[in-house]
Amino acid sequence: MANLGINHVTKSFGSLAVLKDIKISIEDGEFLVLVGPSGCGKSTLLSIIAGLEEHTSGTITIDGRPVDDLEPKERDIAMVFQSYALYPAMTVEQNIGFSLEMSKMPKAERVERVSKVADLLQISHLLKRRPGQLSGGQRQRVAMGRALVREPKIFLFDEPLSNLDAKLRVEMRTEIKRLHQRLGATIVYVTHDQIEAMTMATRIAVMKDGVLQQFGTPEDIYDRPANVFVATFMGSPPMNLLPATVVDGASGPRLSLKGADVTLPLPSSVTARLEPGSDVLLGLRPEWLSLAAEEVSANPMLTLHVDVIEPTGPDVFVALRAGEREIMARLPTGTPIRSGEKRAFALDLSKAVVFDAGTGIAH
Amino acid sequence: MTPSKRLQAALPAFVLSPSLAAIAICVYGFIAYTALLSFTGSKMFARFDFVGLRQYERLFDNPRWITAVENMAIFGGLYVVVATCLGLYIAILIDQKIRLEGVFRAIFLYPMALSFVVTGVIWQWLLNPGLGLEHMVRSLGWQSFTFQWLVDPDWAIYTIVIAGVWQVAGFVMALFLAGLRGVDTEILRAARIDGAPIHKVYTRIVIPALRPVFLTAFVIEAHLAIKSYDLVVALTKGGPGVSTELPSTFMYSMTFTRNELGVGAASATVMLTSLAAIIVPYLYAELRDDRRA
Repeated sequence: MANLGINHVTKSFGSLAVLKDIKISIEDGEFLVLVGPSGCGKSTLLSIIAGLEEHTSGTITIDGRPVDDLEPKERDIAMVFQSYALYPAMTVEQNIGFSLEMSKMPKAERVERVSKVADLLQISHLLKRRPGQLSGGQRQRVAMGRALVREPKIFLFDEPLSNLDAKLRVEMRTEIKRLHQRLGATIVYVTHDQIEAMTMATRIAVMKDGVLQQFGTPEDIYDRPANVFVATFMGSPPMNLLPATVVDGASGPRLSLKGADVTLPLPSSVTARLEPGSDVLLGLRPEWLSLAAEEVSANPMLTLHVDVIEPTGPDVFVALRAGEREIMARLPTGTPIRSGEKRAFALDLSKAVVFDAGTGIAH
Repeated sequence: MTPSKRLQAALPAFVLSPSLAAIAICVYGFIAYTALLSFTGSKMFARFDFVGLRQYERLFDNPRWITAVENMAIFGGLYVVVATCLGLYIAILIDQKIRLEGVFRAIFLYPMALSFVVTGVIWQWLLNPGLGLEHMVRSLGWQSFTFQWLVDPDWAIYTIVIAGVWQVAGFVMALFLAGLRGVDTEILRAARIDGAPIHKVYTRIVIPALRPVFLTAFVIEAHLAIKSYDLVVALTKGGPGVSTELPSTFMYSMTFTRNELGVGAASATVMLTSLAAIIVPYLYAELRDDRRA
């Protein structure tokens, strides 16, 4: 187990830069999730950490030691692949023990290590089978066993759950997290699924077009997104972005929402001084809207047209309309609301985020 | 059923019936006829005086047939083994993400486009001591160089192996290349992380995964070997003497030039049954897999 440093790593194919100056470092025992849309470079970054691909410049350190010139097998890492990449002609036992065999470990010790891992993953009864005879979930476990048996410093996971059905994916998610807690292992995990990222990570790195957008704890990423991309990529339904203009008010600057005759106080999260007249985007998570009670609430209010109601079970997603603009709200099930109504909604601005309308960066 | 619907239902059977009839008569009918003849005393013409297994006894008493069967074992065994290994080796080399891969693939596949007769003639010239390789090396100055396999009764059969392998290896390469391309690249990445050196990657992971391709290659090569006739005729005409006689050339000369129709039919029947022994289990396995999938 070890810490991992990614220092100013870039990767380009000719003139095409796929990773631009990536800088991430995590401590021993952390669970780092690299998340982003497809083509953002997250899998390339993972391959570079593994040593399967070379980077153009920068340094990777494992346990404080640069590993840039080391072969994958010398980096003391293990990897779980998206397609599991099990060796088809070998039994489960041979698959799990293959790396130990390659490092010339004596057979007795090998068998013991394999059976220990098989017990941990509850696949002892499958050891004599071949991958072709296993279900998707069982293959996933074998792939994890192959990584665990090496007892590496760092585990790398490349979208390991994307080939499983929804139910199994949730189960395996919990299981991987449990393994992480139990082993205290350092893990780097690549996914395009923001829910996986939020649920499993201790650190999240959000990437887009080869650029690191934000690196922080799940709470940081969710509550204090660094820019519009992170705000809308993380969270489902995504954060609402309402165009507004900064205006002068009696007690400091206020926000005047476009297309609605309302001004709102500046959220407390904003530390920068905003020039009156500048265009901004007010970021509101759907759960920060609530149906206003009859009496005047302490929170600012907006009157909105109820367009579509989508019950999900525990919550109701409500598509609201303010002129041209659509706003999603997340309300508890049982909220008395019907489509076609005009209702007043209270806004919890305590966590609201304000972005520059031009650059998309949070103020 | 309306008349038009009835016509529609009958149409496929109607269209297929001529070729079905042709196959039934010209293939299976004549197979049965040959098998029948092998139990008769036919000489120059077919006669139906049944003599039991007499012709089979005569066949296996004939030293020329024994030579043919021994040659078949040498030629067939070497042809299958060498062509498989060479095809696999070329396929592995071509699979290394080389430049101009398409060009190399075409070059190696080209011999398959030639008929066996052309292959035989080309190699006859190449191996002919007075014309080909030996002549060329000597004209370059190495006067004592000899390469006379083609005219040496003990070695002539190996020239047929060379020509046959040259022709089929490219095709076997194409089979294996398709198999290699089917191996998930993530498996190769996983093997790198597991620390497997490149030869272990092939011997432990990739080649075992190609088992179905080996089976296909074996069946194709085996049946080509057993039925090869024109290659021998063009290259050595069964000679020197009878040293490169194969069952197929034996069958031809018995049936059509030596007036031993019964013996010829018996040898044809032996060849058919040995081919069937290879092909039928293969077909059975393939068809069963299809049904499962």
